Amino acid sequence: MLAEIALFPKTASTIAGDIDSLYFFIIGVTVAISTVTALVLVYFTIRYHRKRPDEVPKPIHGSLALELTWTLIPLVIVLIMFGWSVKLYFRILVAPEDAVEIYVTGRQWMWKVQHPEGQREILGYLPSSVEGVPDPGSEMHVPVGVPVKLILTSEDVIHSFYVPDFRLKQDAVPGRYTTLWFQATKPGRYRMFCAEYCGTNHSKMGGWIVAQEQSEFQQWLSSKADRSLALKGRAQFLKQQCISCHTGDADARAPVLEGIYNQKRQMADGSTVIADEAYLRESIVNPRARIAAGFQPIMPPYQGQLSEEELLELIAYLKSLKRGDIPPRNEETPPPAVKPDALPEPNKP
Amino acid sequence: MSAASHTHEQSFVSKYVFSQDHKIIGIQFLFTSMIFLFLGGLLALGVRTQLGWPDAEIPVIGKWLFGGSAGGKMPPDYYNMLFTMHATVMIFFVIIPWLTGAFGNFTIPLMIGAPDMAFPVLNMLSYWFMWPAFIIMLVSFFCFGGAASSGWTSYPTISSLGLAPGNGTASHASQGSGMGQILWLTSLTFVGISSMMGSVNYVTTIINMRAPGMTFFRMPMTVWAMFITAILQAMALPVLTVALIFQLLDKTIGTTFFLPPAGATIGNWTSGPGGGQTILWQHLFWFYSHPAVYIMILPAMGMVSDILATFGRKPLFGYRPMVLAIAGIAGLGFIVWGHHMFQSGMDPRLGTGFMLATIMIALPSAVKVFNWLGTTWNAKIEFTTPMLNALAFVGMFVIGGLSGIFMAATPVDMYFHNTYFIVAHIHYVLFMSSIFGIFAGVYYWYPKMFGRMMNETWGKIHFAITFVSANAAFYPMHLVGMAGQPRRYAMPVDAPSMEHLQGLNTWISVWAIIMGFAQFIFVANVFISLFAGKKATRNPWKANTLEWGTPSPPGHGNFEKEPLVVRGPYEYSGPESLPGEDYAPQAPNLDVPEAVPAHAH
Repeated sequence: MLAEIALFPKTASTIAGDIDSLYFFIIGVTVAISTVTALVLVYFTIRYHRKRPDEVPKPIHGSLALELTWTLIPLVIVLIMFGWSVKLYFRILVAPEDAVEIYVTGRQWMWKVQHPEGQREILGYLPSSVEGVPDPGSEMHVPVGVPVKLILTSEDVIHSFYVPDFRLKQDAVPGRYTTLWFQATKPGRYRMFCAEYCGTNHSKMGGWIVAQEQSEFQQWLSSKADRSLALKGRAQFLKQQCISCHTGDADARAPVLEGIYNQKRQMADGSTVIADEAYLRESIVNPRARIAAGFQPIMPPYQGQLSEEELLELIAYLKSLKRGDIPPRNEETPPPAVKPDALPEPNKP
Repeated sequence: MSAASHTHEQSFVSKYVFSQDHKIIGIQFLFTSMIFLFLGGLLALGVRTQLGWPDAEIPVIGKWLFGGSAGGKMPPDYYNMLFTMHATVMIFFVIIPWLTGAFGNFTIPLMIGAPDMAFPVLNMLSYWFMWPAFIIMLVSFFCFGGAASSGWTSYPTISSLGLAPGNGTASHASQGSGMGQILWLTSLTFVGISSMMGSVNYVTTIINMRAPGMTFFRMPMTVWAMFITAILQAMALPVLTVALIFQLLDKTIGTTFFLPPAGATIGNWTSGPGGGQTILWQHLFWFYSHPAVYIMILPAMGMVSDILATFGRKPLFGYRPMVLAIAGIAGLGFIVWGHHMFQSGMDPRLGTGFMLATIMIALPSAVKVFNWLGTTWNAKIEFTTPMLNALAFVGMFVIGGLSGIFMAATPVDMYFHNTYFIVAHIHYVLFMSSIFGIFAGVYYWYPKMFGRMMNETWGKIHFAITFVSANAAFYPMHLVGMAGQPRRYAMPVDAPSMEHLQGLNTWISVWAIIMGFAQFIFVANVFISLFAGKKATRNPWKANTLEWGTPSPPGHGNFEKEPLVVRGPYEYSGPESLPGEDYAPQAPNLDVPEAVPAHAH
C-alpha cells in the first residue's frame, strides 16, 4: 500500500519487507513517544505557567520510582529493537553459498559491472570524452528469485552501492572487497545510486537495476556473451607468468591453486584462513602478508601492476580452477606477455 | 581574596584584546562564533539555493562567483565546497567554540565561585589559537581549486589523493582536495590545539577552584556539563589531531597512511602503491567526531537544565540522575563510533557491539528528557525568551534523539545511511537542539555579560520565526530521506527518479531562507541592547547560582567577597527562600543590597 506513495520506495527484495517491519516498529515507537512527550510538554507549559507573581510551586526534587520507571521501560523497548536488529543484521550480511556472483568496480563516476559469463555493463555517468559512444543504458541485469552476491571494490575513492527498493547499501572501498547480497522478488527496473560522496559527478553515478525472470536473464547472458571473466583470467595467469611457479605439480615452489577457493588454508605462522576473494586478492597484491605453510616468501608483490579489473579476472579464474585445470607448463603453453586475444580458445568448461 | 590585587588599571589592549579575564575571553568567543554563524548560514543558503532551484542561473552574483563559463549556474564542485565548508564552519567555528569557548569560559568560574580560570594565560592562548584557524580557513576559499570539498568528514581517498611530493598540490580526485584540503587540515589542527588548551583549563579549574562549600554535587548542571564535555574533549581530541596530521603527511610528503597497498587509479593517473588502509581514517575520525556530537550538545543540556529550573521556579527534577545521565552519555559516547561505518564492510560481530552501545544511549537521553518534563510539571513557568528557547530545546531534542534510533538499528541504517534522513537528524540535534540551547544561554546570561537586558519582544519574535521556519525546513528532510534521496548530491534531479522530490526540496529552501533572515533580528537585538538595553540588576531572573550574586557585569576577579556556598543550586520555592521571595541563593553572603555600587571594595 505504501509503495503506491511516491515518497516511499518499492519493496523489491526478499529482505526489504523484513527491514520494513522493523522500520515500522521503530517509527511506531518513536512517533508515539515523541507525540506523547510533545503533548505533555505543551500541556505542562500551558497548565503550569505563572498567573500571579506570588504563586509558589511545590519544591519537588525528584522521585526514584519515576526514575526507575523511565529507565527500565525504555531499556526493555531498546532491547527488543536490538534483538530484532541483530537477527536481521546477520541475514543482511551473510550471503547464501549458492548466490550468483557479479563483480562491481566503482570509479569516478561509474560502476563497471562484470558478470562471470563475460558480459560487462556500466552504470553511471559517462564523461564527455565518450559522448559519441551509444548510451549503454546505465543498466545492470540481475535474475529474479535467486540470491545475487555483488563483490564490490573501487579503483579510486570510496563509493557506495545503494538500491533503495532493496533497502540495501554497501560501500565500495579501494583496496578491499566488500559484498552485498540480495534476492530480487519481482521483475522490474529499480533505481540505484552512489551513496558515498565521491566528487564532482557524485549525483550522476547511478543507474537502473534490471531484474529479469531467470529464463529471460539466461537469454540476455548468452545473447551478449563475451569471453568469460575466468577465461580472461586464464590469459592473465599466463601473461603474468603465474604459471612459472604455480604449476599443477605437488612439488612446485608455490602452492597448487586448483580447488583452492573457499578452502581452509594453513599458514606458516600456524593460523588458518579461508581462501576467499579478499585473501586471494591480498595474496596477489601483497603476497608476503600471509605465507602459506611449507612455502618460502618468494613471490613478488603485484601491487600497482594489475588493474582492479585484471585482478577480478585472475580471481575469477582461480575460483573456477578444478583439479587438473592448470595447464601443463610446456612448449604448448603460449609464451608469456602475448596479447590475450591471440590465445587459443580453450574448450568451454 | 585575591580580587583586590587584580584591580590595577589595564590598557585597552590587555583588557579587551589580549585579555586574560575569562569573561572577556568568553565574550570574544561569543562574537567570533556569531560572525561565523553568519558565514556558515550563508554557505547553507548556497547549498539550499542549488537544491531548491537546481541548475538555475543565479542572477547578478552567479557570473561573479562561478565565472563566465558556468553561465551563472552553480558547478557541482562549487556545491561540494559549500556543503563541506558549511559543516566545517558550523561545527568547528560556531557550535563548539560557542558552547565550550563562550559559555564555558563565561560561566565556569562565575558558577563555581572562582575569581578566574586556573590558567588565565593558557585561556587567552586558547582564544588566540583560533585566529590562525580562522585565517587559514578563510584564505582557503581563495586558493587554487577553492576550499576543501570532501565533506566535513574528509574521507580518504577522495580527500587524501594528491600528486607525488614536489609535483604541486593539485588533486585528481576532487578540485578542492588540493591546497584547499591542506589548509583545511592545518586549520583544524589549530582548532584542536585551542580546544585542548580550553579543556585542560576547565577541568583543572572545576576540580581545584570551587568556592568553600561548593561540593561536586552542589555544582549547577551547566558546570557539570562543561566539566564532562571538557574531559570528553581532552580524551578524544588527540586522536583527531593524529588523524589530521597523518592526512597532512599523506598530502604533502607522500606518506600512505590512508592509501591501500594497490594504490588508486583515476583516469590515466595512478598514485603508486600505498601501504595503509582507507578505513583507518574513518576509525580515527569518528573516534573523535562521535564524542564531538556530545561535545556539541551536553553543554546546551546543562544550560537548559538551569534555565528550566530558574523560570519554572522549581527545583530541577532528579538532579543526581541528570548528572549520571550526562556522564553515561559521555561514557557510551566513546564506544559507539562504529555506527557511522556499518556500511564500510565491518564484520557484523563487531557491528553488533557498536549497535548495542549506540542503542543504549537512548536510556540516559530518555532520563534527561523525562526529568526536564518533571521539572515543568507543577511548576510556575515564566515565559521569558530564554525559557521559550529552553523549552524548544527539550521538544526538538526529543525528535533529534529519537530519529537517532533509526541509525542505531543497523538493518534500518542500511537504508538510511547517507540519505537526507541523516541530514534531518543532525540538524534536529545540532541546529534545533544545540542552537536553541545557545540562544537560550545568550538571552539568559546577556544581562550578566553586558549589564543590560535584551529586548524581550524582539527576542520572542525571533524565537517564533526561528522555531516555525526551522521545523518547516528541517522536518521535510526526513521525508526526502525516507524517499531515498542521498545526501551530498549536487544535482538530485539528475539521479534516476528523483524529480518528484523537487517540490519538497524547494519548500525546504524557502523556509531555510526565511530562517536565515530571521537571525538578523537576533544580531540586531544583541548589538542594539549593548547600548539601548534596559540596565540589568544583579539578579534580574531571581536565580540561585553564584554568578547572580555579582554585579552585572562582574568586575575583574568576579566576586566582591569570597562566596560561602551553603546549598545546592536549585532551591526554588522551598522553606529556605529569602523572605518574601521564592528563591534561595547558593551563597547568601553575596546578597548585598542593590544600592551598593559595583566596585565598592
